Amino acid sequence: MDKTLLLKWFYQMKLIRTFEEKSAELYAYGKIGGFLHLYIGEEAVATGALATLREDDHLLTHYRDHGWALARGTDPKPLMAELLGRVTGVSKGKGGSMHLCDPERNFWGGYAIVGGHLPLAVGIAFAMRYQGTDRVVLSVFGDGATNIGEFHEALNMAALWELPVIFLCENNLYGMGTQVKRASAVPEMAQKACAYGMPTEQCNGMDVFSVYGAMQKAVQRARAGEGPTFVEAKTYRFRGHSMADPELYRQHDEVEAFRECCDPIESLRDHILREKLATPEELEQLERQAAAATEEAAQFAEQSPPPPLEALYEDIYAQPLDGPTAGKERR
Amino acid sequence: MSNQDVSGSGGASDRFRELYFTEALREALAEEMERDPEVFLLGEDMGVYGGCFGVTRGLLEQFGPERVRDTPISEAGVVGLAVGAAILGARPVVEVMFMDFITLAMDQIANHAAKFRYMYGEQARVPLVIRCPAGAGRAYGATHSQTLEAWFLHVPGLKVVAPATAADAKGLLKSAIRDDNPVIFLENKVLYQSREWIPDGEFTIPLGRARRVCEGGDVTIVAYSRMAREAEKAASILAEEGIGAEVIDLRSLVPLDIDAVVASVTKTGRVVLVEEGTRTGGVCAELGMRLFEEAWDSLDAPIQRVTAPDIPIPFAPELEAAVIPTAADIAAAARALAES
Ligand SMILES: Cc1ncc(C[n+]2csc(CCOP(=O)(O)OP(=O)(O)O)c2C)c(N)n1
Ligand SMILES: [Mg+2]
Repeated sequence: MDKTLLLKWFYQMKLIRTFEEKSAELYAYGKIGGFLHLYIGEEAVATGALATLREDDHLLTHYRDHGWALARGTDPKPLMAELLGRVTGVSKGKGGSMHLCDPERNFWGGYAIVGGHLPLAVGIAFAMRYQGTDRVVLSVFGDGATNIGEFHEALNMAALWELPVIFLCENNLYGMGTQVKRASAVPEMAQKACAYGMPTEQCNGMDVFSVYGAMQKAVQRARAGEGPTFVEAKTYRFRGHSMADPELYRQHDEVEAFRECCDPIESLRDHILREKLATPEELEQLERQAAAATEEAAQFAEQSPPPPLEALYEDIYAQPLDGPTAGKERR
Repeated sequence: MSNQDVSGSGGASDRFRELYFTEALREALAEEMERDPEVFLLGEDMGVYGGCFGVTRGLLEQFGPERVRDTPISEAGVVGLAVGAAILGARPVVEVMFMDFITLAMDQIANHAAKFRYMYGEQARVPLVIRCPAGAGRAYGATHSQTLEAWFLHVPGLKVVAPATAADAKGLLKSAIRDDNPVIFLENKVLYQSREWIPDGEFTIPLGRARRVCEGGDVTIVAYSRMAREAEKAASILAEEGIGAEVIDLRSLVPLDIDAVVASVTKTGRVVLVEEGTRTGGVCAELGMRLFEEAWDSLDAPIQRVTAPDIPIPFAPELEAAVIPTAADIAAAARALAES
């Protein structure tokens, strides 16, 4: 495979890792509030998957979305600023970590209601077909989302109307603290797509090549007008569900074992070095760049001001209603 | 109306213990499960994980997985299942992790749970409790911070309960579980961390009886849930200025203790209504109209309300703080009224 591409992947994954570690630190210092769901351990999924999309294709994800935004090319600075609720954030500080978006890159969010974005992705696919383009939409969600009604309604409609959607399930073995086998009647998420006659691809989500390969087939199918594909990436999150998670439901040993055997960044490093595509020093250089970009993002965010109070009353409607917002006079 | 004290219909003792709001709720659940084998719990991550806010921590170990059932992420299905079980005389208590997610179960609540009794008469009852962590103030953003009780007032057949203190949380939850109707039970997330004295032993608090938090002759402040706490603080601010505010904590919105509110307004002639939710079509809108109908003669000044403005909850903590009504906002409204 092309060396430049692999080095780009290495950088992206490392950027996601350092960005997440930094945001965990800022959370611990109380500079980020609310919920913070880290993507550490799952970097290969976003990186491999987004490498198969065109710039004009669309992306929707669940709330574990920082890595997806970074892999899509969103600038880390406004991203970090959003996590801190600053006016320079991607949503001017009004969305937060779980509700990121970057429409310029056709990234339509960051959804915090589990499964809610699956029908939306089908809608985007529907509109693209309606408007006569060959673009595709990638909808990313967790194993837990396959148990919600909207998942099934979305898959059925997409299959029925052969819409250009890729349903990418990040099966990280847990939905919050609930193991897949305690929440789902079938252990393989891909089995659920079979009920709708939808082609499926399963891949190793800890291996960027595996994800890339599975996604390529899915994208090709969608682009050729052959309808949706369900891709299941088996992965693992190295950190808690969110920063608030006391992790009482899994053994520390289990996490350590995954870190040891399956760190997606270390696997890619090994591959690059084995194939002699770069020297260790070159990779370290990329790691330093990722760390610097993260630091720069954190500084930018911390130096940015919070949104002004007027922002409270902006963007409630596409065009402001006549007259003041009810309740505003209290301020 | 009951007074300052906890009016137990059970045998509340005069000894007190200090408990977190969460612990008080947990005690209510555990006591009712001990008392009635038909009571069981359903919800996401309430067992092994211990509950998103820790309310149910330890109950799995105490009662086992049959009675503390971790569910898939399937709000519509789980609430529907609970309604079905309730028809057979089971008494399920469902935790909807964030009140915002109750939107997914609205069909089961509004079209099924709330309608059975009316459509089938005394042949049917739905003894169901849906516990909903609600409210803003923790930087959870627009989809995890809403206060949606007003929606449920508009559906006959549902009861709506919203405690403000740990003691009330315990006593009201126990009554809700024993009630033969579907009850939407609001738990304000910010209150979870408050620690208070509550009576030792078993007690219940009836639904539909307001609590007079403090007495005063100049102005009445009506609130519930977290806002009753803010109203109490407002009353202290006003007291220092020589303004006597009487605070009424509604405790439940359906049934509504309108008599308690009217009695207070009859005395003071002035009233401020408070809610955390948005303004238009809110709880205060309804309360205000009821007072207009039932206490018009007693009112010496226009009814005032303090609510969130009609906007979603923003993420940025500075903005979020500006949305939630505070004691200072309530005091300002009451002061203006008292001086009018
Ligand atoms: C409708 C709904 N129900 C419950 C939740 C609370 N919740 C947030 S994330 C989550 C677990 C989701 O797990 P999964 O889909 O596997 O994604 P992962 O977090 O593992 O990436 C739960 C229960 C929610 N946000 N929305
Ligand atoms: Mg998962």
